[in-house]
Amino acid sequence: MNASGTPAKTLQPAALRRIILEQSKRANVGHIGSALSVADILAALYSGILRIERPDDPERDRFILSKGHAALALYAALHLRGLLDAGTLDTYCADGSLLGVHPEPALPGVDFATGSLGHGLSIGAGAALGARLQGSSRRAFALVSDAELGEGSLWEAVMFAAHHRLSNLVAIVDWNGQQALGYTEDVLSLRGLPDRFRSFGWDVHEVDGHNLAAIGRAVDALSVDGPPHVLLARTTFGKGVSFMEGKIHWHYWPMSDEEYRLALAEVSAGSGR
Amino acid sequence: MRAAFASTLAELAERDERILLLTGDLGYKALEPFSERFPRRFFNVGVAEQNMVGLATGLAECGFVPFVYSIATFASLRAYEFIRNGPVAHGLPVRIVGVGGGFDYGSAGPTHHGLEDVGVLRLQPGLTVVAPADCEQTRSILRDTWDRPGPFYYRLSKDDRLSVPGLDGRFSLGRAEVLRRGPDILLLVAGSLATEALAASGALNDMGIDATLAVVSTLNPAPVDDLRGRIEGFDDVLTIEDHYAAGGLGTIVAEVVAESGARCRLKRLGVKEGPDGLSGSLPSLLKRHGLGRSAIVAAAQAAVEARKRSD
Repeated sequence: MNASGTPAKTLQPAALRRIILEQSKRANVGHIGSALSVADILAALYSGILRIERPDDPERDRFILSKGHAALALYAALHLRGLLDAGTLDTYCADGSLLGVHPEPALPGVDFATGSLGHGLSIGAGAALGARLQGSSRRAFALVSDAELGEGSLWEAVMFAAHHRLSNLVAIVDWNGQQALGYTEDVLSLRGLPDRFRSFGWDVHEVDGHNLAAIGRAVDALSVDGPPHVLLARTTFGKGVSFMEGKIHWHYWPMSDEEYRLALAEVSAGSGR
Repeated sequence: MRAAFASTLAELAERDERILLLTGDLGYKALEPFSERFPRRFFNVGVAEQNMVGLATGLAECGFVPFVYSIATFASLRAYEFIRNGPVAHGLPVRIVGVGGGFDYGSAGPTHHGLEDVGVLRLQPGLTVVAPADCEQTRSILRDTWDRPGPFYYRLSKDDRLSVPGLDGRFSLGRAEVLRRGPDILLLVAGSLATEALAASGALNDMGIDATLAVVSTLNPAPVDDLRGRIEGFDDVLTIEDHYAAGGLGTIVAEVVAESGARCRLKRLGVKEGPDGLSGSLPSLLKRHGLGRSAIVAAAQAAVEARKRSD
């Protein structure tokens, strides 16, 4: 059980990673490193943090995968939670599929279409404001990438949420220090990130983004009033596959047969950690 | 139309608590009829149009009918991709209110002129675009459309005294309203230039040119069937709009004429020059861009005389 009282079925991050690798290989597409980066965060969210009885329940928590390019990790989590069947999962990136590289709300379990960065936190703030106006205890969670913080529109949402003290809004930053063409430190520095959020009036928590228990504890400890919350989740891009970790080119590259074999073996071997 | 908008929205909000009003820090001495009556349903989100539309997307998804208010060019262009990936992609009932389409903010300068809002927004499938002709029609349009499914864009004039004699607030989504009937030429006018067009049609009548004048308030989805029927039987059609000549009513009518095989000549009055940095009063800008009543008269007269010569 978690704080919300939802029976928690703990998703195994290794199972998420296996799905990410299998589907990426079958579809021969990239964005593998980004999906692996957030596999543990999604496992934590869908292991009971998010209150979702049914995908169409108006009282469910809203989840916005603002870094839409990691949708495969979301599909994997939805599958492991029993919200997406295996046959549908196997249509990832196929012709006429609802499962594109970026998520589409026509797919049950996906709340909003994302993929254009800098959009999701505004929607999350709207969802949080809506819950407050309706007197509901539901929350909105938005998972954003660190490079996405380069979008000015995101800071519009940061300011609004702080001004209105949307304590039912939780942003999680996938703080892996990488973006499509380089390291954030070289492209657009995020130095002093915690203080940046603090200076905007947010409740800031740094957390190990690969530790499910730590993520769960951090969310459980969030206060139900006060300012909005941000978890700055320290992550490793490509986590779980040693030759992908911290490598820029795994933002876009698909795997060769040999790379796939090695990656799968590593993820399976590492399932206990 | 701002006063008509705010008071009508307040009247609707009295009956339905799903209605919210968000503004991007605009609407001084305009939105008070709503904001003072419903302070908890009114949000000045600050100068942040993208976030305003994003917020409205999240609010609409959980059951609200949010109206977002800004100057036409900011509401449409600054927030454009948020409109596309938000209310349009999700089919949500967000209502975007753009004030000052055309040259309403004349002396404010070209950054404030709304000359391509209809053009860009009509590219979005499922986004209904409506441009009221006057204050009374603004009221009818709001009452008729506020609870319809999907997103809407309302292109409002800044003029609170605008009244088109004979229109009497008539509105039917997807249908033009006829203000005058005559066989010589069809004048189709979008939104708030209706008063100019009506005055022009009167002047034409005095000159012996008997025009039909129809006010086209629904611009997306293009009222194809309605326009096709109205064009039928006319040799000359003149469109009038305070918008770039490309993308708005003139383009819509050109598409209808071309695809229906109608045998008529089309002349489009719209803004054809790029921004020249000049500002000024609304009448002065309409005059400079050939959109005032005398320009409408001259264009209609030239079309009819050219036809007579060729007959």
